[in-house]
This record gives sequence, structure tokens and C-alpha cells, in this order.
Amino acid sequence: MFDSTPSLSEPPRMSRRDLLQWFTAASAALALGQWTASADTAESTAKGYGTDPDLSKIYKPGDFWPLTLDEAQRKTVASLADVILPADHLGPAASAVGVPAFLDEWISAPYPHQKADRPVILDGLRWIDEESRRRFGKEFHAVSDAERHQICSDIAHAPAAKPELKAAVRFFSRFRALCSAAYFATPEGWKAIGYVGNVPTVTFDGPPPEVLARLGVEQTVQ
Amino acid sequence: MSFGASGLAELGFARNHPHLFFVIPLSMPLIQSQQLQSDYDAVIVGSGAGGGQTAYTLTLAGMKCLILEAGRNYDPVTETAMFQREDQAPLLGAATPDKHFGFHDATVDGGWSVPGEPYTQASEKPEEQFAWWRARMLGGRTNHWGRISLRNGPYDFKPYSRDGLGFDWPIDYADVEPYYTKTELLVGVYGTNEGLENTPDSPPGVLLPPPKGRAAELLAQKHGRSLGVPILPIHRAVLTRALDADTIPAKLHPNNPRAQRLVAQSMRERAACFWATPCGRGCSIKANYQSTTVHLPPALASGNLDILPNAHVREVLVGKDGKAAGVLFIDKTTGAEMRVKGRVVVLAASSGETARILLNSKNAQFPQGVANSSGLVGRYIMDTVGANVSGQIPLLENLPPHNEDGAGGSHFYAPWWLYQQQKAGKLDFARGYHIEMGGSRKMPGSGSSVPEDLLGGAFGTPLKEAARRYYGSFVSFSCRGEMIPNEGSFAELDPEVKDQWGVPVMRWHWKWSDHELNMARHAQQTFSELIEAMGGTVRSRKQKDPRQIIEPGGKIIHEVGGALMGADPKKSVCNGWNQTWDVKNLFLCDASSFPSNADKNPTLTIMALAWRAADYILEQARKGDL
Ligand SMILES: Cc1cc2nc3c(=O)[nH]c(=O)nc-3n(C[C@H](O)[C@H](O)[C@H](O)COP(=O)(O)OP(=O)(O)OC[C@H]3O[C@@H](n4cnc5c(N)ncnc54)[C@H](O)[C@@H]3O)c2cc1C
Ligand code: SF4
Repeated sequence: MFDSTPSLSEPPRMSRRDLLQWFTAASAALALGQWTASADTAESTAKGYGTDPDLSKIYKPGDFWPLTLDEAQRKTVASLADVILPADHLGPAASAVGVPAFLDEWISAPYPHQKADRPVILDGLRWIDEESRRRFGKEFHAVSDAERHQICSDIAHAPAAKPELKAAVRFFSRFRALCSAAYFATPEGWKAIGYVGNVPTVTFDGPPPEVLARLGVEQTVQ
Repeated sequence: MSFGASGLAELGFARNHPHLFFVIPLSMPLIQSQQLQSDYDAVIVGSGAGGGQTAYTLTLAGMKCLILEAGRNYDPVTETAMFQREDQAPLLGAATPDKHFGFHDATVDGGWSVPGEPYTQASEKPEEQFAWWRARMLGGRTNHWGRISLRNGPYDFKPYSRDGLGFDWPIDYADVEPYYTKTELLVGVYGTNEGLENTPDSPPGVLLPPPKGRAAELLAQKHGRSLGVPILPIHRAVLTRALDADTIPAKLHPNNPRAQRLVAQSMRERAACFWATPCGRGCSIKANYQSTTVHLPPALASGNLDILPNAHVREVLVGKDGKAAGVLFIDKTTGAEMRVKGRVVVLAASSGETARILLNSKNAQFPQGVANSSGLVGRYIMDTVGANVSGQIPLLENLPPHNEDGAGGSHFYAPWWLYQQQKAGKLDFARGYHIEMGGSRKMPGSGSSVPEDLLGGAFGTPLKEAARRYYGSFVSFSCRGEMIPNEGSFAELDPEVKDQWGVPVMRWHWKWSDHELNMARHAQQTFSELIEAMGGTVRSRKQKDPRQIIEPGGKIIHEVGGALMGADPKKSVCNGWNQTWDVKNLFLCDASSFPSNADKNPTLTIMALAWRAADYILEQARKGDL
């Protein structure tokens, strides 16, 4: 989340729960004679990338563990992702920048957080196709934009949603968070939110005058 | 590939920094165990800040040294993920149990757990546990540390004399000052001199220029003023301009032309920061401090250093004369136990690990472990008091896009500012904290989604608009405060659990006193006020119980203590030269010797003390006194 942006120079934020879990899991597992990241590997026997992956490379989904989604599921993911992040004045649609493949990589990963998301996403995809068939007689990817919007509107805002849609609301919330993270991490996404870094420059000039003026501050470092 | 050369070229970067394209990796001619010499002038355990500095000083003065490093060889020039985007890493670079600080972070085989090397907790209660961050790689944690480099002030060496708590150091600021200056000149530290209480200035011309403030930093600075919180340029080990290789080496090594030449050569290989790529990934252009780019290259170039990686030291060996004779280690590549002789032995494996090696070195002379006649090895381990509050600032919404990558870490911080109130008895805790802050338009990754409560159910174009609006509008403030050593925070050998080579592991005990808890509560209050003064709303949940505010022990990764220096051999493990009282040719050159843990991050002090100890080793060796 943006709001957990870590202080740049210090360790990234990790929940107390995660932290305690990781190091107790590690010590407990060792007592049993082996180190494993998580006791629960029921869903997948795939391995992670290990504690010493090659960092100089560029990776794509599928490089480390097998992906999950079949063609039909990918279609559902792409059409839902494009409702959430459509082509518009702020850039291309999610499916044009690899968001569905990322989602597949995420739910296929052998790590605890991702494993927790997996059933939420897979059940949700099933639900949204069923719901679409029930309402409009066709799968989600095959219905009109307006019809897709109708379904999404019912599950996009937790406080306004009907209680019986609770699981679908939870799905939509995770799906939206994952897809937007993936989208804004691409060069097209950078443009959409206005990230203009990752380029070497000879000097660092700080915020431009119009930013300083808006904030009512002066540059105090000369 | 280490950086996107095409992106560089577009900017005319090649024109301005032609040498960057011809950086030849300084190959680190590391050795294998068969190539070990039969003995060395000094055997140094660990290659991080402490081991790197010790090896640098000793080898440039002509001593033949061996570094034994438990981790693998590591070359930042070829291995650093410089310009990789987060969408080019698995899971957008998110933290996982394999890479606890995210995919691109420069930690090898480490984190809160290390494969095959467990540690245990004496208590099941989370608040009595210690999280131990380790890295197993050449250069240790200096490859990925935050580079915040603050000097301890005069008060920080005499805390007991000031408030009756904890312990005084047997040395004072004046003893260490020349070494702070030398270290800053060698590694390169940016910052300003502000003339503040217990926040020392460096001599003129030593610090490099500070980077300009970012939007959130300047806004916090402005509103900090109204609350009396001085938000100022921080000090970090990043080259905001290239080091002056023509004059600095002579200042560092006045009567040693060879050392001057080697240091100058190594300095010239370090480029100035190019204001992109987060420092936590390491720096392939050597613009920030890592042991692997600053300390080890000139030491290796001297021809006086062998480095044996994958060497897990188990024990210090002691001869009949009661002196250290060398060390026993496991060659991790073969599993074989091996011995190597040294006329001096230096432990710099990080506090907890140095204490572990001493405790594991049991023999007839030292039944409680080498250098442990006081029984104090492993005692009084400290971390830093951590607490965070984050907030959202409407004024920072929808700002015109601008590049805030800057120096790859913080530019501003607030040194502790309430000395007078504390002295007047107005605070319910005894020591200070400084404030580190985050908040910038940093490269988006796995966390880049707008918090749901701010979205109001948006999807489609309104979602993108919300993301653009809120991007860069979140800030966080972190407390980095002094913990007072206590009887309940220590580590001992676990009577049962061993690591994968059969070496007994550390078992941790942890306890906060009311001083730390009250400090965390104070920090929460201050940070909330800062966020509100900036016109923002606090987003972290306000906690009444300070146990919910304070970060777990070890979490700030400023592990110090465990083999304290002192004036009395019965009440300390080593003297003011990091020399153990019991074994005069055994030195502890990491933070294990720290009798207190000032709010200032420890690494600059580790390096300054290691340099000072190494000078003492040279002097004693010359006199034949070791
Ligand atoms: C994310 C992060 C951010 C940080 N930010 C800051 C900061 O901004 N400012 C600051 O001052 N500090 C910071 N620190 C702390 C800083 O990294 C340490 O204080 C510093 O690295 C300590 O140096 P050291 O030489 O004692 O230990 P290390 O750098 O940990 O080096 C110890 C070396 O010894 C090796 N070793 C361990 N056991 C053995 C053995 N048995 N045999 C052989 N070798 C062994 C290890 O593999 C390691 O390479 C940070 C740390 C982390 C992880
Ligand atoms: S910000 Fe500067 S010092 Fe830090 S990694 Fe990037 S180039 Fe190196």
C-alpha cells in the first residue's frame, strides 16, 4: 500500500505478524531437522526462487514456478482487469501491459501470502462467470461493457454491498489491489501516476518551483 | 545486465560520465581453503563494516591478513540490480520468506532467518523474543544497509555519568573523533554541520554536500519548526560528488605513500551518485559505502590480504601461553573442519555471532568460553527503539510529476531535540531518539495500490485518477531511539539446538524497560502531531499500549553489545581498545563492544572504533606486545 511506504533508508515495513511468523517458522522447522519457509505446501510443491536468486536478470511470470490459469480463466482475468484499469487518457488497458500474467504468477507462487490469495482469486473468477451467466446468459468476458460494470458496481464498494456478496466483495478488493499494483509498476503505469524516476541524472535539483510554491515551502538546501 | 545503457545514453549520461562505461570489475582474487597460508599476522572473522575496516587498516600498514567469511563471494559491480523495474522481478519484487526485504534487495542467504543456521527463543511470548537479521555474503550487511552515518556525541560515551543508568564507555568522544573524521573521509558521507547539542559537527571540508530536500521532506521541515522539531539534512554514506582522490589519501595515511597510492586508485573507481536506483540494492558504480566497494578493494590490492569465503568460524583456538593461536572453522564447500593460525585474532562477525564464537570456544583455560572470565559474554545486547506512524497529506496530492529518487535513501531527519526538557525531568524516559522519515514519489512496486478506504469503491478511469492523486502523498515517521542495556536482554548458547554443521546456536532473551516503552509512546504522539501540523491525517492505528507501538527486539537491525568494553576487567569483556581483557591478542571489532546504543545508528562508530583498534594492534605489534 502507498501508506506503508517504508522510510527509504531503513527496512521496509513488515507486519509484526509476518516477522514473528517468519523467524519462528524458521526456528521451529529447524528443530524438525530442515528449514522450510512454511509448513503448509499442500497447494503446490513448487519451490520459490530461493535465498540467492540472480538479481542481475530480468524476469517474467513463469520463470520460477509453473502458472495456473487456463485459457478461459485468463480471459476472465483479462476482461475484469480491463474493467478495473481500462484504456483511457491515462494509458492502455491492463491486459495490454501484462497484468493478467502477473496475476497468474502471483496466485501460483509457493509463498504464504500468495497461497492465501489463491483460493480467493480462483473462487472469485468462478463466481463472476457464474454471476454473469445467471444475469446475462454469457460468461463475463463475453458480455457488454455496461453489463460488466453492473456486476462490478455491486461488489466494488464494501460498505455499500449486499451482505450475501461478501465473498465476492473480498475477491474484488484483492483483485483490484493486485492488478493496480501490477499496472502502476509498468512504464505505462508510471506515466499514469506520474513517476518519472529511474533515470540517471548529473544533478539532483529537488522539486521544481511550481511544486515548492504549491506547498508554500522553499528549498532549504543550496 | 547491470544497467540500462540505452537509458543512460539518451540522457547524455555517457558524455558526462564516460568512465562509467568502462568500470572494470575489480576482480576479488579470493582464495580456496587449499591456498591458505600456514599462518597470518592477523586472522579476521567477518567482512562487514568491522572486519572490512580492520582488514583495510592492517593490510595497508603491511600486516598479512586473512578474512574468513561465512558467506559466499559477492561482487556488487556485476550482481546489483541497478535499473531493474519492479515489474521485472517475480511478484513485483514483493517481500517473501526467501527475500525478506524484497527481491532486488542486496541480501544473499539471509534475513530474519538463514538457511541451516537457526537461532532460538527462550520465551514463547513475542515481546520477549529477538529477531536476528543476518546476511551471508562478502561484505555482510553493508551491502544493503541504509547508509545513515551519524556520529555519537560526547554524552553518548558517558550515559551512566549523566543519568545513572547503563554503563559509561572507558573512552570518550575526543578519543574517537579523529577516527570519525578519517572514516568519513574514506567512505564519503553527505550532511551538514548544525552546531547542535550532542550532535557533533565534522571538521570543515569533511562532509560532502547534502542533497536537496524532497517535497514531503521540505513540508515536514516547515511544520516541524512550529512544533520545535528540527528537521535537517541527514548524514549518509553516499557520494554526492566524487571523492578527492588527490588529497584525501595523504590525510588518511600520512607516512605511507604506497597506501596513499592504493587508496587513491580505489577512490577513483568510485563514481558520484547519479540520483537513481535505491541504495538498498547496493551500488554497482560504488557511489555508496559497502565494504565490498570501499574497504576490501584497496586491502586486496595491497597484496597482504587473503579472503576465504564460505568459511564458518566455530571457535577461537587458544595456546598454552593463554594467547589466541588461531581459529577453527568449517569449510562449507566440503564440510571439513579446518584450523588456521594467526598472531592476532579479530572477531567482527556481528555482535550476536561474535558472542556465539566466544561462548563456543570452551577449553580447559576458559571453561565458560574464551575471554569470558567475567561471565559477561552475551550479556547486555541492545537494539534500537523503533516505532512508526504513517499519514496522508492532502497538500501532497496531485503534485506535478517530478523526479524524487535522489540519493536512494533519506535526505532529511530530526536529531534528538529535547535534551533540556529531559534534563529538567519533564520526560518519562531517560534517553533520546532521532526521527527518520519516508515519503516520496518512489518507484512503484508491489505495494502500489491506493488504500481501499480512500477509493470509495472506484474502478475504471476513476481508479487511475485516484492512484495519480494519492501517489506521493503518504509519509511516515520512524523513531530510532536509545535502548538502555538491561539484565533481561541477552543471548546464550542453546543447550540442544545446533546448526547444520553441528555448532551450538544462540538462544535469545529480550526485555524492554519502561524507558523504551515510554519513548515509543512519546514518538507516536510527536509523529501524529507532525502529520496533523502538515495538514494530514494519521493512518496508523493509534495504540494506547506502548507494547503495541514499539517494534519487536532486533527489528531495527542495530544489534550491539554482548561483549562490552569497560574500565574494570571484572565488569567488562574488553578494554577501550576493543582488546579482550583475558586474551591480549584477541580483539572484537564489531558492535559487540558497545556499552550503550545511542540513538545514532551504529555503523559509523563500528568503523571508527575498528580503525582505532587496528592502529593500536599495529602499535602493539611493533612493540612486540601482542
Ligand atoms: C536493512 C538494513 C538497514 C540498515 N541501515 C543502517 C543504517 O542506515 N545505518 C547504520 O548505521 N546501520 C544500519 N544497519 C546496520 C548495519 O548493517 C550494521 O550495523 C553493520 O553492517 C554491522 O557491521 P558488522 O561488520 O558488525 O556486521 P555485518 O555487516 O553483518 O558483517 C558480519 C559478517 O560476518 C560474517 N560472519 C558471521 N558469522 C560468521 C562466522 N561464524 N564465521 C565467519 N564469518 C561470519 C557474516 O556472514 C557477515 O558477512 C542496517 C542493517 C540492515 C540490514
Ligand atoms: S542512489 Fe546513488 S549511491 Fe544509491 S545506489 Fe543509486 S547511484 Fe548508488
